[in-house]
Amino acid sequence: MVRTGKIGVFDVVNFLLLLFVAIAMLFPFLHMASVAISSPEYVVRNEISFFPKGLQFNALQAVFEDKRLWIGYRNSIGYVVLGLFISMALTITSAYALSRRGLVFYKPIMLYIVFTMMFHGGMIPFYLVARSYGLIDTIWAMVLPNAVVTVWLIIMRTFFSGMPVEVEESGRIDGLSDFTVLTHIVMPLSKPVLLTIGMFYTVAIWNDFQSALLLIREPNLFPLQLVIRNLVVVGQAGDVLEATTKDGHKVILESLKYGIILLGCLPVLIIYPFIQKHFEQGAMIGSVKG
Amino acid sequence: MKQSVFYRIKRNKVYLLLLLPTLLYYLLFHYVPMFGIVVSFMDYNLFKGVWHSPWVGLKHYRMFLSNPDAWLIVRNTLLLGLYKFIFAFPAPIALAVLFYEMRWKKFRRFVQSVSYLPYFLSSVVLSSVMIMLLSPSTGWINKAIQSLGYEPINFLQRPEWFRTIYIASDIWQMTGYGTIIFLAALAAIDPQLYEAARMDGANRWKQTVHVTIPGIIPAIVIMFIMSISGIINIPFDKAFLIGNAGNMDTADIITTYVYRIGILGGGMSYATAINLSLGLVTMLLVYLTNAASRKVGETSLW
Repeated sequence: MVRTGKIGVFDVVNFLLLLFVAIAMLFPFLHMASVAISSPEYVVRNEISFFPKGLQFNALQAVFEDKRLWIGYRNSIGYVVLGLFISMALTITSAYALSRRGLVFYKPIMLYIVFTMMFHGGMIPFYLVARSYGLIDTIWAMVLPNAVVTVWLIIMRTFFSGMPVEVEESGRIDGLSDFTVLTHIVMPLSKPVLLTIGMFYTVAIWNDFQSALLLIREPNLFPLQLVIRNLVVVGQAGDVLEATTKDGHKVILESLKYGIILLGCLPVLIIYPFIQKHFEQGAMIGSVKG
Repeated sequence: MKQSVFYRIKRNKVYLLLLLPTLLYYLLFHYVPMFGIVVSFMDYNLFKGVWHSPWVGLKHYRMFLSNPDAWLIVRNTLLLGLYKFIFAFPAPIALAVLFYEMRWKKFRRFVQSVSYLPYFLSSVVLSSVMIMLLSPSTGWINKAIQSLGYEPINFLQRPEWFRTIYIASDIWQMTGYGTIIFLAALAAIDPQLYEAARMDGANRWKQTVHVTIPGIIPAIVIMFIMSISGIINIPFDKAFLIGNAGNMDTADIITTYVYRIGILGGGMSYATAINLSLGLVTMLLVYLTNAASRKVGETSLW
C-alpha cells in the first residue's frame, strides 16, 4: 500500500498471521507428498510432518502400477477435452448473441436462462431425465448435464458487451459476417475472459464427482475422482493395490493412499501457476457485475 | 408492430441461431427436470414410468412431515448452513484486510497465490485428505494430539465433530479465493482518506478500523446477502463423502438424505417431494435476497 511509516507492531502481527495462513494452506500438500515418498519405518512411527524421511518411491511406484488409476486418468482427460469443447462452444456463441445491442427477445431469453439459477428440479428428477435420455454409462453423462454454467455465461456476456462498437464496425466495413466478427475480432480481443472461463470449466469437469456417482456404473468409464473415492474414502485400496510392488518392496497403506490423492490433484498443481494471474482478473470481472 | 417483430427476428436470425443450442441445453437439462417434480405427486415406479405410475396427491409430503427423521435432517441442514455462514463468512474479509495491509509485496503475492490453491481441489481430494489427516490411528492430527499427551479422537465417527470439521475445511478451502472480491473493493478506496486519517493522528490500527473497513462495507453487504441462500443450499459432495454411520446424527443433511432414500433406496417420489420443498424455500430466499441486494447495493443478480 501507499501508506508509509515505520514498521510497527501492526506489521509484525500481520506478517505472523499471514505466515500462519501460508503454512496452513501448504501443510496438507507437503505432508501428503512427504508421507508418499518416505520409507515405511518413519511412516509407521508417525515421524513425518513437513519433510520426507528416508526418501524412497515405492509407494508412488505401486500407485503408478495400478491400472484403475490410469483408466480414471485417461477418462477424466477425455471428459475434460470433450466437455471443454462443448461448454466453450455453447457459452461463447450464446454469450456473444446475448451481448448484441437490441437483440430481439433479449429480456425473455435472459429470464429463461437466469430462472434456472433460482429453481431446479433436484437430484431425482435430474437422474430420471438423464436416464431417459440414455446418458447412463456414456461419455455424455460427464459433459452434457453441466455444459453451460449460467454465471460464467453471464460473465462472458458482460465482457463481450463491454467491447467498443468501433472495433466491430471496422470489421463489418471489411465485409465480415456476424459469425466472423465473433471469431476474428471479438474472440481474439477477449483472451483473458476466455482463458478464465475455460479454466473454470476445466477444473469443474475434472473435479466433477456427483455426475459420475449418479450416472456412471461402468468401471471402465469411471473418472479419476470416482476412482480416488473408491480407493481412499471407501477404503478398498487393498485388493489390486497390493501392499508390495512388483519388485517386492513393502509399501505402507498410508503412503499408498497419499500417493493416490496426490496423483489426483497433480494436474491442478501443475497448471495452477500458469493460470493463476488470469483467474484473479476473471474472477473479479464476474464477482459483482451481472 | 407485428411486422417489426418479424423484421427484428429476421435481422437477428444469426444471433438467434447461435443461441439455439444453448437454449436447447437449458430446456433439456433444466426445464425438463423441473417438470420431473410431478413424480413427487405419484407413486413413481421406474418400470412403469411417468405416464403409468399412479397419482397419490400429497402423500409423500405428508409422509415427510410425519417422519421423525424429517426434523433431524432439516435441523442438521439449517444448523450446518447457519454455522458455516457465521464462521466462514467473515474469514475472507479479515484475510483480505491482512493482505491489503501487508507492505512486503512479494510476501503478500506469495501468500495470496498459496491461499487460492485449495479452492481448485475436488471435493473427493479434499475429503480424502481430511479422512487421512483425521484418522485416529495414522492421521497427523491425532499424532500431534497424542504427542501432547492426550487420547486420540476418532473425529469422523463422532457426530459432535462433524460440523466443526466440515466448516473448518470449508474455511481452509474457500477463504483465499473469497478475498478476491474484497481486494477489488479495497483497491478502490481513496488514498487521500488515509492521508487525512494520518493528519488526525490515527495509527495503522485506527486507520484500518476507521478507513479500510468502512471502505468495503458495500462489498460486505452484497456478499452477505448473496451468501444467505447457502444456509439451505449445502452442496452434496463433501457431506456425502465424509458422512458415515458414526456421524450420521449430524452429517445427514437434506441432499444426502435425498440421495440415500431416492437413488440408493428407490423411494424416488418421496425423495423428490423432500427435494422440492427444499427447492421452493431456496428459491424464495434467493428471490428475497436479490430484491434486497437491489435495494441495498446498486447491483443485483439480474
